[in-house]
Amino acid sequence: MSIQSDQSDQQTHPLDDLLRKDRIPHIWCPGCGIGTAFSACLYAIKSSKLDLDHVSMVSGIGCSGRGAGYINLDSFHTTHGRAIPFATGLKLANPDLTVVVFSGDGDLFAIGGNHFIHAARRNMDLTVICVNNLNYGMTGGQVAATTPHLAKTTTTPAGNPETPFNLPLLAYASGATYVARWTILHTRDLTESIGEAIQKKGFSFIEVLAPCPVNYGRRNKLKPLDVLRIYQEKSIIKHFASPSELHLDLEKGITLGKFVDQDKPTWLDMYYKTTRKKS
Amino acid sequence: MELWRIPLDRDHIQTMQGVVYILDERCKGCGYCIEFCPKKVLGVSKHFNRKGYHPPIVKHQTECVNCHFCEIICPEFAIYSKPLSVTESQNPQVTV
Ligand code: SF4
Ligand code: SF4
Ligand code: SF4
Repeated sequence: MSIQSDQSDQQTHPLDDLLRKDRIPHIWCPGCGIGTAFSACLYAIKSSKLDLDHVSMVSGIGCSGRGAGYINLDSFHTTHGRAIPFATGLKLANPDLTVVVFSGDGDLFAIGGNHFIHAARRNMDLTVICVNNLNYGMTGGQVAATTPHLAKTTTTPAGNPETPFNLPLLAYASGATYVARWTILHTRDLTESIGEAIQKKGFSFIEVLAPCPVNYGRRNKLKPLDVLRIYQEKSIIKHFASPSELHLDLEKGITLGKFVDQDKPTWLDMYYKTTRKKS
Repeated sequence: MELWRIPLDRDHIQTMQGVVYILDERCKGCGYCIEFCPKKVLGVSKHFNRKGYHPPIVKHQTECVNCHFCEIICPEFAIYSKPLSVTESQNPQVTV
């Protein structure tokens, strides 16, 4: 047996064709989980067998919002919180497109929260991937709508007095047809789930837990490897768990899995049915 | 890999062998690949890359089972694995 080290392709990562290589290394900090979530998304797109000329990615503002700038497909980096309305317009103007929204918790659920619930209510045919790093990373680690109770951030030095959103419950209650949650350590399940969500007709939502070592981690004494060990030790995979039981508590345990997978007519189906009746 | 029980069919199950490639200049030294490789193939290198991080090095090449986990956990697109090519002439029993 001999190792055929093929020098010619030695420096070609399997995802290089989907990356804007001139912009790599990306801006994400060492140990930041966004890169792994993004990689899972690229693998899912790559193995989907879709015509890549008809796939596009939309991001908002924030660390995760940089995603759209690294994918070598048609992609859009929109204004803060407006990834979903932009993606909605894109989809309605060209219903043949597969539109993936890749953004962070602050962008999608704080400033863009209203857009999220209405796109889910309308069952807009989009796939929304939310990298949840539990704080506002890019602006310096302030408390977010997803920061766990009692966690320390720059704006809550004594601990967060508030209760965070339960994102899968919010997505389900608003009308999403596909809801899942994974961590970056469960990257195989995550990739499979993104693949399913892309194929699914209707509003699909996937929450990805990812460490932000530089801001959230530093203030809560969590090194990146420790966070991944927590993901390994404290997570329970429970498909179709009731969304109301999915509050995030890293101490008690994190429930992961696919929670909702249902079929409903999309906004476009309903629109055509209602307004373009054959006489 | 840490096994808490030895599989009964262990001696006649064929595992794949892989070769792992590292793109040193992309690495930011997070250590995820080293920590989570199921076969502990990788270790921390002593040398620095241009940005000052320690990329992983391959310590036990023959142990690699081409599971791709290092490749998919890496946030930096800096490591990947490929199946080891078997040259038929050197190993005629192996047929494709
Ligand atoms: S600030 Fe946090 S979320 Fe942003 S790139 Fe750095 S580690 Fe990642
Ligand atoms: S492919 Fe799997 S066994 Fe080989 S180095 Fe990577 S993680 Fe380890
Ligand atoms: S996972 Fe990637 S970035 Fe982290 S140490 Fe390994 S090769 Fe480097």
